[in-house]
Amino acid sequence: MSKKITLTIDGREITAPEGEKLLWVALDNDIYIPNLCAVKEIDPPQASCRLCFVEVEGYREPVTACNLAVTEGMVVKTRSPAVDRLVKTAFELLLSDHRLKCSECPKNRSCELQKIAKERRLKLRLTRFRPLVKDLPIDDSPDTFAFDPTRCVLCGRCVWEDHEVAGVGAIGFSRRGIDRRVTTFGDTSLADSPCIECGFCVEVCPVGALSFKE
Amino acid sequence: MGQASTELYEKIKAAATEKITALKQKPVVLVGMATCGKAAGAEKVREAFKKEIESHGLEAQVIDVGCMGHCYAEPLAIIAKPGHTPLCYGYVDEELAKRLVIDFLVNDDPCYEFAMVALETNDVFPTFSDFPRGVYEQKMILEHCGFIDPEDIDHYIDKDGYAALAKILTLEPEEVLEEVKSANLRGRGGAGFPAGTKWEACRKQKEPVKYVICNGDEGDPGAFMDRSILESNPHQVIEGLIISAYAIGATEGYFYIRAEYPQAIRTIRTALEQAREKGFLGKSILGSDFDFEIKVFQGSGAFVCGEGSALVSSMEGKMGIPRPRPPRLTTSGFRGKPTVVNNVKTFCYVPLIMKNGADWFKSTGTPGSPGTAVFTLVGKITNSGLVEVPMGTTLRQLIYDVGEGIPDEKEFKAVQIGGPSGGCLPESALDVPIDFDSLEEAGAMMGSGGLVVLNEDDCMVGIARYFLEFVQKESCGKCTFCRLGTKHMLEILNDITQGKEKDLASLDLLRELAEDIKAGSLCNLGKTAPNPVLTTLRYFWDEYIVHITEGRCPALMCKDLIVYYIAPELCSKLCNVCVGSCPTEAIYTREDGLKAIDQEKCVKCDNCLKTCPPQYNAVIKLSPPEMLKEKEGGSAK
Repeated sequence: MSKKITLTIDGREITAPEGEKLLWVALDNDIYIPNLCAVKEIDPPQASCRLCFVEVEGYREPVTACNLAVTEGMVVKTRSPAVDRLVKTAFELLLSDHRLKCSECPKNRSCELQKIAKERRLKLRLTRFRPLVKDLPIDDSPDTFAFDPTRCVLCGRCVWEDHEVAGVGAIGFSRRGIDRRVTTFGDTSLADSPCIECGFCVEVCPVGALSFKE
Repeated sequence: MGQASTELYEKIKAAATEKITALKQKPVVLVGMATCGKAAGAEKVREAFKKEIESHGLEAQVIDVGCMGHCYAEPLAIIAKPGHTPLCYGYVDEELAKRLVIDFLVNDDPCYEFAMVALETNDVFPTFSDFPRGVYEQKMILEHCGFIDPEDIDHYIDKDGYAALAKILTLEPEEVLEEVKSANLRGRGGAGFPAGTKWEACRKQKEPVKYVICNGDEGDPGAFMDRSILESNPHQVIEGLIISAYAIGATEGYFYIRAEYPQAIRTIRTALEQAREKGFLGKSILGSDFDFEIKVFQGSGAFVCGEGSALVSSMEGKMGIPRPRPPRLTTSGFRGKPTVVNNVKTFCYVPLIMKNGADWFKSTGTPGSPGTAVFTLVGKITNSGLVEVPMGTTLRQLIYDVGEGIPDEKEFKAVQIGGPSGGCLPESALDVPIDFDSLEEAGAMMGSGGLVVLNEDDCMVGIARYFLEFVQKESCGKCTFCRLGTKHMLEILNDITQGKEKDLASLDLLRELAEDIKAGSLCNLGKTAPNPVLTTLRYFWDEYIVHITEGRCPALMCKDLIVYYIAPELCSKLCNVCVGSCPTEAIYTREDGLKAIDQEKCVKCDNCLKTCPPQYNAVIKLSPPEMLKEKEGGSAK
């Protein structure tokens, strides 16, 4: 059993195992920090969604909580003007690439983006940026679920689940930059891929990109 | 064991010196055959030399060497004939090669009229140090580049090569580490992180397997320092890598060189083979109990793989994508083992520091950034090429004294330093000394050493757009800010340069987004990507304003904001050149015999402007395009 340490988050004193990542310590103690790509088992963390910024005493700029190990006496603030600014921008950037018709979305009301918007009082529409949503078709070839890449936020949770938990390897990231996407080998339909329809990936999707049919 | 390595080395050295001395008894022609020389036609020149020498039955050798740094004058050749001062000739073509063989090698006329510089002090012809460039230039790591045969290890050994390796094998690794730390050698890849500190962090790890990697994934537009060094003096880098491995306790080393550098890869492979044969690499190096092996890994051309963690990831066969730190690579790098990644140039300094001592190294440069800086001087500059100046030299000295200023009587506008991660500095910043900290304060960064000079014809908004487009395309797409943020920035800049943006508020958004990407991105590619935009906003604000409010490009570079126009008062009935040059048949002959452009057909290729004879210079660019109405209205009267 690792050593316990004490840290302060938003004025609350919290005891946690030394070395545990700050994001999980906060979440376990019901202190919400926005996140999409965080999976406890991924080490080092992906740190790709750039939403879990916090202020930590001793750091000049906001840092991401998902890859910061807690230490004795650490003092954390989950909100500050600098944090809010970064989260707001990152959130709106993600929305600019996300098909925003919540009422038509299978994840309406259980979507992580909606949760972040609610928690941080952010708008679920574009105020500064123009939409960049790509024209990609929905893959509804599996019997039990469908994949809508235009709703995907590239958090990578499905890929992790598929590779490391289900051990299948049907999906992965492909391409670079703005074209990065989750897809099958050779961009075949999921039905033509090694997918076994275990549904693990669908369960972890934080948005409406992967959803069960019906 | 220690003494044995020195004795063994002395024997190797003596043999090499004997061979090189014998070589010098006969005339030798050195042809600059690095990629830059070949691009300028050096291969034909070399063949011409060989053919002519053969046809005269001369006992002269033609040797391929690397880059001498004077790229503006390529192809370059050096002729060393016993009894004469060795001379360097620039702009050599096949004709000149033949003539030099006949006049100089067969007869005894060195053809001073074609010579550029002498390599040894003499009382007839000036040497490099007699030119302004030579005064400011101080060659540490480029000293032998272009003057030795990179494919023959004996040339390097003759210049005391591998002496530092023989020496350090008699020292403890900690002593080597201390020397490098004391020299305050800062990494030449861009960020300037102290190499000694990095090595020490790696050495401290308990893990028995450690790696050291030479980062030759040079990718900045306009930068070719690392390629030139790898092609011109490979053993210097290899020796540095071996010494660092000894200091760190590394078991295996790698050269990570991008596949677009085939000659560098070939040269390094040959060099590694020769180093192995001489006993500088492999099991029990120079008779010591130190074993070390180096392999070559070819990068596949992703810019982001120059970033340490992405580089390592791509070597492991995974996507070349950065990961967050900590853990640092020195804790968990290649295959999860402690790894040091340093730039090509950083390794080059190591043998010199170990041979001459930390104090010698620190006597050049500034206290915070000792040593020299290597730059590729390119763009609108008279003497482009590879230069090495002491840290602390000002940008003004570098551009006006070393590079001899801006050609064609044009006005200097800005210098882009540090590549896509760097910034554009204006005239007012030219007295900034070149060192890691001063450049960063000015908003640019040292980067790996690309330095692009821009003149009045360059639109700073267009330049910012160009560099942003580069990083946007090279973004790996992993993190939100870089993947989407740079795309939105590019959209804004596209609109501005295409005259579609009429709202000045877009500049606030551009700046906000730039600052957020800088603060929020995962890796240094994203964190530095906005720099060209931020610096141009800071120093060339007016140009942005004019684009937006007047739809005008002051530098006449943004194609959508200009039109081509033939001024009737300058055009001649006797000339038809522009008509023939136009690929879209947009130029027609008016009733009065003068030429005019059909704007509907014009694709703004610039051909007419380039071909219009200088005595007329009748083709002019107008911005904003509305000026055309005024002009045509006027000429119709």
